[in-house]
Amino acid sequence: MTNSINEIPNTKAMFVIGSNATEAHPVIGTKMKQALAKGSKLIVVDPRCTNLAEHSDVWLRLRSGTDIALINGIMNIILANGWEDRAFIEARTEGFEETRKTIEKYPPELVSQITGVPVEQLIEAAKLYATAECAEIFYTLGITEHVCGTDNVKSLANLAMLTGNLGKESSGVNPMRGQNNVQGACDMGALPNVYPGYQQVANPEVQAKFEAAWGVPLSPKNGFTIPDMFAAATSKNLRALYCMGEDPVITDADANHVRKGLQSLDFLVVQEIFLSETAKLADVVLPGASYAEKTGTFSNTERRVQMVNQAIKPIGNARTDGEIICDIATRMGYPFEYQSSAEVMQEIARLTPIFGGITHARLGTQGLQWPVPTIEHPGTKFLHEGKFSRGLGQFVAIDNQLPAELPDKEYPFLLNTGRKLSHYNVFTQHSPSLEIHSPEELAEVNPVDAKRLGLEVNEVVKVTSRRGEVKTKIKITERVPVGMIFMTFHYFDSPTNELTNGAYDKTTKTYEYKVCGVQITKIA
Amino acid sequence: MEWLTLTIDGREVSALKGSTVLEACRVNNIPIPTLCYDKALTPAGACRLCIVQIEGMRNLPPSCVTQVTQGMKVETQNEKVRNARKTILELLVANHPLDCMTCQKLGDCSLAEYAYEYGVKGQEYKGEKRQLPIDDDNPYILRDLNKCILCGKCIATCEAVTERNVIGFAYRGFQAKVSTFMDTDLKDSSCVYCNRCVAICPVGALMDKNMIGKGRAWELKKEEVTCTFCDSGCEFVINSKNGKVLGVTAKSASNGRPLCLKGRIGSDFRYNSERTDKPFINRDGEFVQVTWSEFLGLGNIVEKINSLTK
Amino acid sequence: MEWLTLTIDGREVSVLKGSTVLEACRRNDIPIPTLCHDPELTAGGACRLCVVQIEGMRNLPPSCVTQVTQGMKVETQNPKVRNARKTILELLVANHPLDCMTCQKMGNCSLAEFAYEYGVTGEIYQGERRNLPIDESNPFILRDPNKCILCGKCIKACSEIQGKSILDFSYRGFDAQVGPAFNVPYNESDCDFCGSCVSVCPVGALVEKQMVGKGHPWEITKVQTTCPFCGVGCNFDLNVKDGKVIGVTSNPEAPVNGKALCVKGRFGMDMIYSPHRLTTPLIRKDGVLVPAEWDEALDLIASKFGEIKKNYGPDSIAALSSAHCTNEENYLMQKFMRAVIGTNNVDHCART
Ligand code: SF4
Ligand code: SF4
Ligand code: SF4
Ligand code: SF4
Ligand code: SF4
Ligand code: SF4
Ligand code: FES
Ligand code: FES
Repeated sequence: MTNSINEIPNTKAMFVIGSNATEAHPVIGTKMKQALAKGSKLIVVDPRCTNLAEHSDVWLRLRSGTDIALINGIMNIILANGWEDRAFIEARTEGFEETRKTIEKYPPELVSQITGVPVEQLIEAAKLYATAECAEIFYTLGITEHVCGTDNVKSLANLAMLTGNLGKESSGVNPMRGQNNVQGACDMGALPNVYPGYQQVANPEVQAKFEAAWGVPLSPKNGFTIPDMFAAATSKNLRALYCMGEDPVITDADANHVRKGLQSLDFLVVQEIFLSETAKLADVVLPGASYAEKTGTFSNTERRVQMVNQAIKPIGNARTDGEIICDIATRMGYPFEYQSSAEVMQEIARLTPIFGGITHARLGTQGLQWPVPTIEHPGTKFLHEGKFSRGLGQFVAIDNQLPAELPDKEYPFLLNTGRKLSHYNVFTQHSPSLEIHSPEELAEVNPVDAKRLGLEVNEVVKVTSRRGEVKTKIKITERVPVGMIFMTFHYFDSPTNELTNGAYDKTTKTYEYKVCGVQITKIA
Repeated sequence: MEWLTLTIDGREVSALKGSTVLEACRVNNIPIPTLCYDKALTPAGACRLCIVQIEGMRNLPPSCVTQVTQGMKVETQNEKVRNARKTILELLVANHPLDCMTCQKLGDCSLAEYAYEYGVKGQEYKGEKRQLPIDDDNPYILRDLNKCILCGKCIATCEAVTERNVIGFAYRGFQAKVSTFMDTDLKDSSCVYCNRCVAICPVGALMDKNMIGKGRAWELKKEEVTCTFCDSGCEFVINSKNGKVLGVTAKSASNGRPLCLKGRIGSDFRYNSERTDKPFINRDGEFVQVTWSEFLGLGNIVEKINSLTK
Repeated sequence: MEWLTLTIDGREVSVLKGSTVLEACRRNDIPIPTLCHDPELTAGGACRLCVVQIEGMRNLPPSCVTQVTQGMKVETQNPKVRNARKTILELLVANHPLDCMTCQKMGNCSLAEFAYEYGVTGEIYQGERRNLPIDESNPFILRDPNKCILCGKCIKACSEIQGKSILDFSYRGFDAQVGPAFNVPYNESDCDFCGSCVSVCPVGALVEKQMVGKGHPWEITKVQTTCPFCGVGCNFDLNVKDGKVIGVTSNPEAPVNGKALCVKGRFGMDMIYSPHRLTTPLIRKDGVLVPAEWDEALDLIASKFGEIKKNYGPDSIAALSSAHCTNEENYLMQKFMRAVIGTNNVDHCART
């Protein structure tokens, strides 16, 4: 996020696209509601009627996968009305003229046709967003989990730059990171192309720096991304996988493809706190420790690095993931000798400029928001103040693109996936109380479709895609539009990712979880 | 010394021959609730809260008076045992004032602790409650016999010092109570206010008046000190809250240690710099406040105090 | 910013203009009992326990809603003030169940704390007590309306923190109750089970159901930590007794969320003790995973990785790091892959 979570209650307009914040990021949802109570305007862009949509000033119920057209249309309206921020565009950005040409191809009427959103609503949304004194854009998976995820994001950046809603308090573009420490896993270089702190693997200076620090030669070649890994495993280019704290069989799109890849490996190690679906395929399973059993840090979605403090000893014979990695490294002839996670953080700070001033002691009870370049630096509340990291902000002309798979005759329903409040991915199912409260999948189907197919509330149906099938109970609700079925991926008994599409964004390699074609059939 | 092996809750443990099942559990960190047991006293088997199930025995024997045997199989937490304990607690609570909100003992009260653990609210057997007068006319001990659970520990610990023997059981059934000779208030008894009974009482029936209203058990820090006024080596507890000393209280004493009022009040004088009240003595049946030198001058401890202040 | 000087209990203190008398006292460590005040919520003025005496004012004004003025003279502990507070407490206790013995809130209950301090036993105004049903219909929040002192904090927490309006007053007078609107059980309302209401309740009317019977507040050690469930990064306190986590409570100092949490963060901690936890290494032998010693498992991994690296090169090994693990662990994982194995094949699951 470019802004901080506690700037939200003071913003004057919120543009929430593809994000079901009250369920996926509940406390951010509550901050949004606090902003509403203080008079902020709310624009929600979502095909599904989310809780925020109910509270919005305008709800743009677009067709799935037409986000770029919609954003271009809104920019078109902003320009037509002169609501853009000329001064900001001139002083802080480049590439505007070219983008303007693309935007001009998206007049409101055309956009309305593409997206299914009435023109008046587009105008209302453009006005609320562009004319507010400060405005924040929020997005999550609904934007990134598409084949054109990266372009969706760039479109949103265009929109923010066009109106100058960036680089100030309560104004910015805020992707909300899903899992608790996705931000941190990225920050720490658990990515095939960067070292900690986004330092490029391909950059020889960076390589030399890490070679000097770690005392071994390092590879200059970018590694495999996750989708590459499963493909490489199937073709025997990958022989061993060390999988820590993730369950790709359940959480990655096209589960059958993933399972096939994992089964082709010579050696699979899974380090987990529960016997996950992936662990069941492993050659060796190592019991890791839960958050209550270790000390370290997480980075949240506003880049705040915060302490995780050990409260109890690891359960049974379990060990912390850090300890296990160190032990394996040592057994392989490269001793990892750290007395504590605080000492690991010292090494991180030495090698990672954005973490330069972070120590466990400084994090204390309040944490610090990176960049924290020096030990005196107070941390950074919002990004891009006065200057973007690359200098000028780059406008990028983007055209609308269709999802890789849309409903067709054979698979007439559009499957949309997401989260629900009481669960997080799969592992909250291990909480007995959350499980009692919310025990099973309830796929959402529109009453019109239900009637047509003769489906009843709580009926168990079969949902089929080109890749697999699952059974699920249904709930009949107007939250979803006609022709859509909405499912979560929290439940082992209804593993939704048996259905989803393995197509992914060309830059980030993020799967298109959000859109694919499925068929619904009665079982009885 | 001979060791025996027995199984407690499925776990094999060793215990010395001659020890009780309760002792075997305590040594092995297996919790057993007790009300009338104290390691300094002869077990009485009175409260029955410590019952367990032992293979081959009818009934549920009290673990505090049952000796271990080789190969014994004990269950301490099964449903039958827990239900029986719960019933005992229900009955106790049914005849107990519900004063915990302001009771000085809460946080350190065995009855309240077990009631919490066993989910006992006293709703089960609602009945008549005792309405005994509170014995409040001496400056040292607040005696509220409505809270007494008749565990007998105060009597045993008082008796343990030969010349004391101030209290005993009187009456029977619902009327049963711990009483002084002739059932007088403590003031008119031979009580010497050593507070051995206060220190051993598992509930709020006997309280050190010095501490009432000054802080709740969980807010207090307790530090043990050995009395230096005579050679018996009795131990006292310095109670403080937020770094401030509130008062010195008696610590439950084993047989060889008499405890005495002078030792306690003298220690209070020594460690409690905030103390402003002058001490009391019982003069011809009435308590009167006297100067410190007069109070401490009683007996042979004046030199001791002097040597301390040096 | 303008500073004002006033006298509290004969002591001269300075505070910012616009502060309340209560804030002035709190800042200067002068204790004032409160039941309906919470710094995260809008001002109370309901319970009147915070009354003080102020020179020149008739009555005893509640300090939580009275602003300081220059030269104000405040008394917080004189007999008049203390008697007024005692009367308020007597009335509350008179209509309160005598459940402290087993109440989960004891040790952290404002009513019991002040009753103890003011020597209130509820004997003065013996009267009819409520006998309302307890709501235990959901796994998270235990509501005992008989213990409610009608302070209204839960209502404010629900609307001001959580942005919902589940809770409200219903009925009037002796029958007044606070709870989900129309007095339905929690699980029949639209409640999110964020537990904000529980976190502000000063008494045992709303308690965390998971913690009931597991330990008293004074036996618990609190360990501040960061939520493991989503990217918001809320902080809270793990409540630990005898080496076991028995629940989660809000930590008002939490930088992102204050007292707010969601159902996962506040109540999902029981997954730590899920029976599905792995507690020992497993090695596949003859097609099945069987328990093994750490040494055996780690040696096997080290030798297998070594062998595969030798035979097929470092790029034939990859790692999935974790968005659930700590930064330090992610750092170690990528360092392990890069420096020990010699490949950049490291990625983590959700690119969200
Ligand atoms: S006064 Fe205390 S120690 Fe004595 S019998 Fe009663 S409860 Fe037991
Ligand atoms: S003696 Fe124990 S149970 Fe009785 S009122 Fe006091 S604290 Fe409560
Ligand atoms: S809410 Fe407070 S006063 Fe009421 S029973 Fe519980 S601890 Fe006692
Ligand atoms: S749990 Fe949250 S949503 Fe439910 S009543 Fe309490 S504050 Fe409101
Ligand atoms: S439930 Fe608690 S917070 Fe709500 S009004 Fe009653 S006492 Fe106050
Ligand atoms: S408490 Fe809820 S909103 Fe906060 S970090 Fe945890 S899961 Fe996210
Ligand atoms: S402790 Fe054994 S009977 Fe009382
Ligand atoms: S705290 Fe001031 S009126 Fe309740």
